[in-house]
Amino acid sequence: MAADTYDGPILEIENLSISFFTRLREIPAVMDFSCTVMPGEAMGLVGESGCGKSTVALGVMQDLGVNGRIVSGSIKFKGRDLNEMTLDELRDIRGREIAMIYQEPMASLNPAMKIGKQLAEVPMIHEGVSKEEAMARALEVVTDVKLPDPKRMLDSFPHQLSGGQQQRIVIAMALMSKPSLLILDEPTTALDVTVEAAVVDLVKELGEKYGTSMLFISHNLGLVLETCDRLCVMYSGEAVETGSIKDVFDKMQHPYTQALFRSIPLPGADKNSRPLKAIPGNFPLPHERPPGCNFGPRCDYFEEGRCNKGEIPMVEVPHGDRHGTRCLKWEEIDWDAPLVVDQTHEKKEPGDVVLKMEDLKKYYEVNANALFGGGDAKVVKANETLSFEARESETLAIVGESGCGKSTFAKVLMGLETATEGKILLYNQDIQDTPIQKRQTDTVSSVQMVFQNPFDTLNPSMTVGRQIIRALEIFGEGANDAEREQKMLSLLDLVKLPRAFAERMPRQLSGGQKQRVGIARAFAGGAKIVVADEPVSALDVSVQAAVTDLLMEIQRENKTTLLFISHDLSIVRYLSDRVMVMYLGHVVELGTTDQVFAPPYHPYTEALLSAVPIADTSVEKQHIVLEGDIPSAMNPPPGCPFQTRCRWKSDVPGGLCEKEVPPVKKLSNGHQIKCHLADDILERMEPVIKIAAE
Amino acid sequence: MEQLTWTGTLGPVLNPLIMAAAAVFALGVVAQFLLSLVPSGNVRVGSMLAQNKGPADYAGMAVKYSFGVILLAIIAFMVGGILLPGPEAKGIIGAMSARLLPVWVGMIVIFAASIMYKRKLGLYGKLFDSPIGMVGFALVLFWVLTALFADMIVTHDPLSQIAAMKNKVPGTPMPADTEGYGWYLLGGDNLARDVFSRMIAGSTIVMQIAPLATLFAFMVGITLGLPAGYYGGALDTFLSFLANLILAFPVILLFYLLVTPEIVETGLPSYMAAVLFLFPIVFLVVLFNSRYYVQPAKQRLFVGGTILIGGYLYLSMISQPGTPLHFFPDGLDLFNIPGGILIVFVSVVFVNSPTVFRIVRGLALDIQTRDYVAAAQTRGEGPWYIMLWEILPNARGPLIVDFCLRIGYTTILLGTLGFFGLGLPPESPDWGSTINDGRKLLSIYPHPAIAPALALMSLVLGLNLLADGLREESLKD
Amino acid sequence: MGLFILRRFGVMLLTALCLTFVVFFLTNLYPNLEKLAKTQGNFRMTDAEVTSYLEKNGYLQPMVVKYGEWLGVVPSFRHTNEDGSVQGRCISPGVSPEDAPRFCGVLQGDWGFSTVFKDDVGAIVSTRLSLTGKLMFWVLMLMVPAALIVGVLAGMKEGSKLDRTLSTFSIISTATPEYVSGVILITVFASSVTGLKWFKGTATSAAENATFENFFLPVLTIALYGMGYIARMTRASMTEVMTAQYIRTARLKGVAFSNIVMKHALRNALIAPFTVIMLQFPWLLNGVVIVETLFNYKGFGWTLVQAAGNNDIELLLACSVVAVFVVLVTQLISDIGYVFLNPRIRIS
Repeated sequence: MAADTYDGPILEIENLSISFFTRLREIPAVMDFSCTVMPGEAMGLVGESGCGKSTVALGVMQDLGVNGRIVSGSIKFKGRDLNEMTLDELRDIRGREIAMIYQEPMASLNPAMKIGKQLAEVPMIHEGVSKEEAMARALEVVTDVKLPDPKRMLDSFPHQLSGGQQQRIVIAMALMSKPSLLILDEPTTALDVTVEAAVVDLVKELGEKYGTSMLFISHNLGLVLETCDRLCVMYSGEAVETGSIKDVFDKMQHPYTQALFRSIPLPGADKNSRPLKAIPGNFPLPHERPPGCNFGPRCDYFEEGRCNKGEIPMVEVPHGDRHGTRCLKWEEIDWDAPLVVDQTHEKKEPGDVVLKMEDLKKYYEVNANALFGGGDAKVVKANETLSFEARESETLAIVGESGCGKSTFAKVLMGLETATEGKILLYNQDIQDTPIQKRQTDTVSSVQMVFQNPFDTLNPSMTVGRQIIRALEIFGEGANDAEREQKMLSLLDLVKLPRAFAERMPRQLSGGQKQRVGIARAFAGGAKIVVADEPVSALDVSVQAAVTDLLMEIQRENKTTLLFISHDLSIVRYLSDRVMVMYLGHVVELGTTDQVFAPPYHPYTEALLSAVPIADTSVEKQHIVLEGDIPSAMNPPPGCPFQTRCRWKSDVPGGLCEKEVPPVKKLSNGHQIKCHLADDILERMEPVIKIAAE
Repeated sequence: MEQLTWTGTLGPVLNPLIMAAAAVFALGVVAQFLLSLVPSGNVRVGSMLAQNKGPADYAGMAVKYSFGVILLAIIAFMVGGILLPGPEAKGIIGAMSARLLPVWVGMIVIFAASIMYKRKLGLYGKLFDSPIGMVGFALVLFWVLTALFADMIVTHDPLSQIAAMKNKVPGTPMPADTEGYGWYLLGGDNLARDVFSRMIAGSTIVMQIAPLATLFAFMVGITLGLPAGYYGGALDTFLSFLANLILAFPVILLFYLLVTPEIVETGLPSYMAAVLFLFPIVFLVVLFNSRYYVQPAKQRLFVGGTILIGGYLYLSMISQPGTPLHFFPDGLDLFNIPGGILIVFVSVVFVNSPTVFRIVRGLALDIQTRDYVAAAQTRGEGPWYIMLWEILPNARGPLIVDFCLRIGYTTILLGTLGFFGLGLPPESPDWGSTINDGRKLLSIYPHPAIAPALALMSLVLGLNLLADGLREESLKD
Repeated sequence: MGLFILRRFGVMLLTALCLTFVVFFLTNLYPNLEKLAKTQGNFRMTDAEVTSYLEKNGYLQPMVVKYGEWLGVVPSFRHTNEDGSVQGRCISPGVSPEDAPRFCGVLQGDWGFSTVFKDDVGAIVSTRLSLTGKLMFWVLMLMVPAALIVGVLAGMKEGSKLDRTLSTFSIISTATPEYVSGVILITVFASSVTGLKWFKGTATSAAENATFENFFLPVLTIALYGMGYIARMTRASMTEVMTAQYIRTARLKGVAFSNIVMKHALRNALIAPFTVIMLQFPWLLNGVVIVETLFNYKGFGWTLVQAAGNNDIELLLACSVVAVFVVLVTQLISDIGYVFLNPRIRIS
């Protein structure tokens, strides 16, 4: 075959423009995009949601749906223009030469077809091999993606697998015909951090083994740093900067890239002395892009009459490895100028204890087999002996992956559920057994919550103002409608939204703005304790910093106690005073931020720290990959909850880990760890993250 | 006076044209259908490949243009009907079109206004972006306006009989000595009544009962479905069992058991009405109370107002002379509903509510998992506030769509009742009864049954298309 | 699974009891009994005569007792006439009261006696039901495959011309109830004045000898109304599946379009319509009643109308038992079938 002797670039995209056509207008999704992927190279495509990175991938696959069309440019795969291929030729290439892996593993597997059949289909179509041979190949690849019991895997349906296993199957499917190019569209976004780390590891390893080129699409700079050789930063449909990882990370030449790096919490950032710098303004909608540079209105270096005039071409940066930037002023900007910090804050000393939990337990009874009735009711131990206290104006971070019981804990605190056992003391008042309906108004208004999903947090059919006023009414704030109206407007001021937003419907707001309204609503009754359940994890990177800042500013003013639930250790390190790490309903580690982020660690904390990708080339991480998945809370392992994945298990004599739940071990200064490991072993632990000396 | 032709003076010109266009249209549709079954090979959507026009495209063009010709010809007949002098020149179609003039004017005004302001009218305005929705809306609007202007449109009294006109074909002139309009436009039925006037008068009856009955069914379904979905548990089990019980009843059996003069005699429909009509008041009281309990002044105003006005309407509605529930002094009684209509109304509500209940319950189950519901819970809102102000408004899309479909279904049910001669008096001009009358002589004189049948079909079709259009547009956000 | 079916049977039984009691209650209201007495005796009966007729036949006992008798859990009613002879429900003519059984309700297999047809209810219902069974069989044979094909073809490529044509067809067919389509079909195909005279406008003769000519129109009439609904459901389900991520996966794996439809989409797309088809049975029952009346086909639906129109209590009860049974069994089948079609539920 001719293709086998080809040695030019695998993928060559030149001046690609893709538009979607609606009845009203043409919406350009990608404009003038060029990039090249060489054999064996991994190319990262980074940008915020809506920047067109997934559209590029679908353009390569020539699968843009009914409304999408490639308006100009060419996509050459091994020298052949994909735009000019017939459907049959394309079908031949899809799956065999180019394979794709998607964000939602569950959705991308056919629920009614056995996994073996789905895998075997690929070589049967493309290579015409027999069913037996295809199955044998499937078995081989499933073994390659390190799934336990590959034979059984092939014979099961997708829903019988966990999310991580499903994603491995999707990867296996993509590798069935040993493609030359693998496109990964946010392949790990739906997975937990520790599972993500293992999958990323696998992708890297298999990429090398099969010699596949990769196009890796992600919003996470840290992940791209770990997986790719080169990257391309996209903003609002355009590539703004492209180059090797080293060039772009360390010698960036575009204001957007710079702003992006300044807005993510890297090690060393601190909420008081080195706060993040949020990118002002909002991401432009595709049909409301500004003239000239798309980033212009949000750019610190913007120059009227120059940046907003005419098209801005991509220019080559000299001395780089194919390093390009789409900025007119790149030569004038002093890229090494230190970050001017707007304001620093004094670290506030935490005040009195406002909230105290003592041995809180929450068990649920669930019917294992709801549809057919019967079956034994199982007890889910969502929270197991939770004890901690939180002080005034303190930020306590609660860290853990899915199923660790952090949401249940929030529900019990809020009074949506009552505790099974134990005590919750709010200003020395027992509230564990009082459901929210029976709580006093001021108790309710002093404990409030900020929710995770900005698209779900506001009632879509009520104006923003009405929703805040309703909260004021319920909390008994203001004597009449006029007073409440005033109060509502001042709350909008507090969260830095224009007063005109009071009349808007939630669908007219962006994600970050909605989250601000959610914060305003939570503070309507002068909340003293705010539970923030992953408040920024669904937001784009550039918006995250702004919302986080806002939360902390209000906290500083109101002396609020912030319970910050998150799985993202970077942001936790940045803003929290103390950290509580949870795993399967247990608190495995509790201490100040410094204590938790430095050894001795609980083995789970250690793995978690290692799993979080960090977008900094100077950081060296210890490489710890956890085996397997998080056990189900319905069926927890005996003994220590973490023993199934723990790499230190062999250091505990007598198989104690499998028999007993470890006791809480008190270390220095209130630092506590729930682990059987002996003190001397804990002492020997090395730091996971090291910042190379500059 | 002479027999009218269908198409009047325009006929000789336009008829051949319509025939030809119809033939092309039919052929085109068949060709298109067959061609689309053949795999289209390498035609790609979404790429820059130049597409040559294939046979399928030509068939499509033929269909489009021939349909346009047919449409134009029909419009020509209608406009000609209004402009040409004298029914002989107008023809039957033209003459009917002339009688329907108020409807045409109303439709044109409403359409023009709606299209002009469609960007400001929310979901209703978006309807005018969807061709399907517009066609549906036009059909429904046609019948609504016809029902409104029925008195101006009818040519004869729908109940009066003129012996000479028995079973006469459409366009038959009246005997020389009678007054009034000179023709039975759509012929006479087997009791010598005017089919056209009966069809028009029938629309009024349908339009009086169907939407209102559907609205009541929604009130009942929502008031019960929300708590069933929100609370779950034993309440849900019990209500769902009841709903399934009613749904397991074959509708016709239920009608045969409920809608008979004997049952009316026992007063059962009055009791059922007393229960069913209570729901809207309960609904509104809970609705206002849950929202305004934090503001006592407004609470008193809204809840008190609802109880007073609603209660008065309710009492005068259920109090009927001649039934066991006749307690309200006649002087205060605002209106009385004839027993026949009441029982039809009640049983249609009764049959429809369980389905609405199921839909609302499902929606409530879905929406209550949203964060804004949790947010309401964490600020200590009562369950009814959450159900009525947080969940219900966000379920409105599917409910509006179902409302349209359900009016259509109610219309079909009313027709079924009429078809079996249940409920309404036998001489009533409603469509179902008229079809029932006409079916006995169907193979000899089809016209008395065909006219109301087509009327009913077009209304239901309109409602279905409207619902489709609404669904499509509401999903686009 | 066994427990599930057992529980469903329990619910079914409860539902059937509730429903028959409602029917029993409504048919035994006094005005209905009065009408019954007058149709059985004569229309000029005085009130006293009516009462004595009802008394003699046991209609004036408490409702629950009568219901128990019908069920066969309460000893049946006997009335001693003035001449000393004993008459009662269980005493068939020619059998002495002593030999007659004390219980003769549904549980004993005795469905009672039809006052309209003057025959045993069990016999009437079974013959009529077999006639309707014949009708239903052909309806299903026509409706289900046609509806599924239309739905799948339409949903395969959303927004295509084929989709629009077929969707228009199915929307028109759902908007046309049986009594409308029946009238139109008869006018077009069977009317002696205007029609094509291809078929017959009545199906009375089809009871003995069903031919294409006398049976096609009633079958088509019922099938058309149900077809549109099932087709629309299938289309909706199919379009949803076709936009699913796993279909995109299959497409980008290089699977040909025909194989995507046949191997990947079809099974997933048919789960929802299966339930719909099963739940369609109660509506088909409606259609059967209308069509049998319209075409004068003397099946179950026609019998139901006769029984209801004349307040033939025991026949009506038997009819409602049959109807309820059909509805509940189809619900059960739809639940079980859903589980078997959908692997996600089967295993977990």
